[in-house]
Amino acid sequence: MSIKIGIPRGLLYYEYSPMWISFFNELGTDVIISPKTNKKILNDGTISTVEDACIPVKLYNGHVINLQKKVDYLFVPRIMGVYKNEYICPKFCGLPEMVKYSVKDLPKMINTKIDLMKKDKLKEAMMEIGSFITKDKKKIIKAYHSAQDNYLTHKKNQKNKWSGSNKNILLMGHPYVLDDDYLNMNIKNKLLDEGYQFITPDMIDEEIINEYALKYHGKLFWLFFRQMIGACLYMMEKNVVDGVIYISSFGCGIDSVVAETVERKIRRESDIPFMLLIIDEHSGEAGFNTRLEAFIDMLKWRNQNENHLSTHGNYVYSH
Amino acid sequence: MKITFPHMGTTFIPIKMILDELNIEVILPPKSNKRALELGVKCSPEAICVPFKIITGNILEGIEKGADTVFMLTGCGPCRFGIFHALQREIIHDMGHDVEFLTADRFSNYEGLREFSQRLKEASPQNSYIKIIRTIKKGLKVLDEVDTLYELTNKLRPRELNKGEVDYIWAQFENDIRTSYGYKEVMHVIKKYHLQLKEIEVDYKKPCLKVAIVGEIYTILENYINLNIERKLGNMGIEAIRTTSASEFVREQLDFIPFMRSQKKKIYKAASKYLDIPIGGHAINSIGNIMRAVKNDYDGVIHLLPFTCMPEIVVQSILPTIEKEQNIPIMTLVLDEMTGEGGYITRLEAFVDLIQKRREMKNEGKSFSWY
Repeated sequence: MSIKIGIPRGLLYYEYSPMWISFFNELGTDVIISPKTNKKILNDGTISTVEDACIPVKLYNGHVINLQKKVDYLFVPRIMGVYKNEYICPKFCGLPEMVKYSVKDLPKMINTKIDLMKKDKLKEAMMEIGSFITKDKKKIIKAYHSAQDNYLTHKKNQKNKWSGSNKNILLMGHPYVLDDDYLNMNIKNKLLDEGYQFITPDMIDEEIINEYALKYHGKLFWLFFRQMIGACLYMMEKNVVDGVIYISSFGCGIDSVVAETVERKIRRESDIPFMLLIIDEHSGEAGFNTRLEAFIDMLKWRNQNENHLSTHGNYVYSH
Repeated sequence: MKITFPHMGTTFIPIKMILDELNIEVILPPKSNKRALELGVKCSPEAICVPFKIITGNILEGIEKGADTVFMLTGCGPCRFGIFHALQREIIHDMGHDVEFLTADRFSNYEGLREFSQRLKEASPQNSYIKIIRTIKKGLKVLDEVDTLYELTNKLRPRELNKGEVDYIWAQFENDIRTSYGYKEVMHVIKKYHLQLKEIEVDYKKPCLKVAIVGEIYTILENYINLNIERKLGNMGIEAIRTTSASEFVREQLDFIPFMRSQKKKIYKAASKYLDIPIGGHAINSIGNIMRAVKNDYDGVIHLLPFTCMPEIVVQSILPTIEKEQNIPIMTLVLDEMTGEGGYITRLEAFVDLIQKRREMKNEGKSFSWY
């Protein structure tokens, strides 16, 4: 019987799963990933977590609950930061504690600290994670290298998926919101149905993002802040998007700053329509759809009416 | 140049003193109040924490009074505080105020300290660096003295014989200190009120229940936003012990300097059973201070945090376990811009009733488990 490792499908799973899965597979373990988010997972998570936590964290606990009886080890890494001098969010740093004290009767937890703010710490962290499974150091190093290769190819494939058609919407938000179709109410398909292509910040090259993020006046010490500001400024300059939709989860500390900054930048320096959609554990879709439809209708009218008449009687460009 | 800066409890005293000593004109915004909060709420992002909103209100009130420069600390931690200045600059510029921002990084290394003195030098070119550093040192002294004075009021309040005397003297002190200018005058005022407080008639033998106040630093220090929790507890006959103070906060930042001593290591050690790594903000301090309160046999803990505070939410999810395992009542109060006091007082009174009952039973030798 090989060891079963459980990886909850939440938070940074969406970013790093290719690396983690191939690492654990290479070491000869069974990797069990929780199923895609559904109503039960969301409910379990909401009940077990403190009220004030944001919805992605609640959902993560739901995924943990789903896995808890099926696995020998739970993989809940404590990710402090993945780039130099950049944090993610305090909730990520305290994630193992949040899980440990909210969910009862957990299997053993692999909660290695992954702090890449200092150079070459990833290898050390992976060695520690591997030591839970095997004592054979050579095997771990081999698994680490193949995991990294796998991750880099995945990243490469992810970039430039966007075909550059003429109807684009920039979809902003954290990857764990944009990639979880239950959480974002399937917004990507809804946009495609309306004939719009979506662009997310991870489709844009890291180098371009960094270049544009430098133009922001202020210290960017959050990973997602830099990515989103960079993506926003790049898209504003390229002027290829018809609209910007920002999906934020209620109570997200980082979004409260980033969404505001992005909105102010867009409204001040361009005439691209912007909409902020806030999601929480209420899963009624009607209100969400209404707003999305209204936004898309508005975009279509803007395209059709050459003189850009807005619906309430003023010129859109009257300011 | 007319400088204004936001409030955080009594920290305005040393900051104003430093700027006064360096001959920089200071526009002190009114104490945090309802109007400042409303002004701030109107222009701030909806989901940001209440410290941001009220600080923005302070700055706006300062600008109204004629300030053309805002002094603001920054920082670079996972907590949002580090980004306050950038967002505030955008908001205030969008509102049409043409003001400059004078920012300084936190002082966790020599670089930070140098930057701070450089900013002060820019604001007052006529002063030498030696004078600036001396003035900063004086500022630290004032900060310590003010905190000592404040802690004394918390100790005296539940034990005073004529109710309301401490509050009266403290109000007088705040009035006097706002108008005093420079180091000498400030120190004189502090000394004067220290003597006055010492002369109050107090029943030192009266046994008082002890409650530790832990949590996010701004909500602990700013009495407007925590609805004067220490005063309320004090007047109910409970000794409120503030686990964090501005001087302790500064000492924690500065303890890379050889002669600086802070409680940081002890607090981290106390917290290590539940959280063994600083995750930003004051999360680890909150846990550590609760564990210290348990060790010192306090009767209860009140945990304060602003709504949507990221580090304290992690703490919040650990609290139920601590409460159970360490057998100590902990009440969490989440603070936001709703300043209705009714519900707040009800909860406070219920908590006080509980810890009183618990103490009585403990004294009678019966065990009264919190669970």
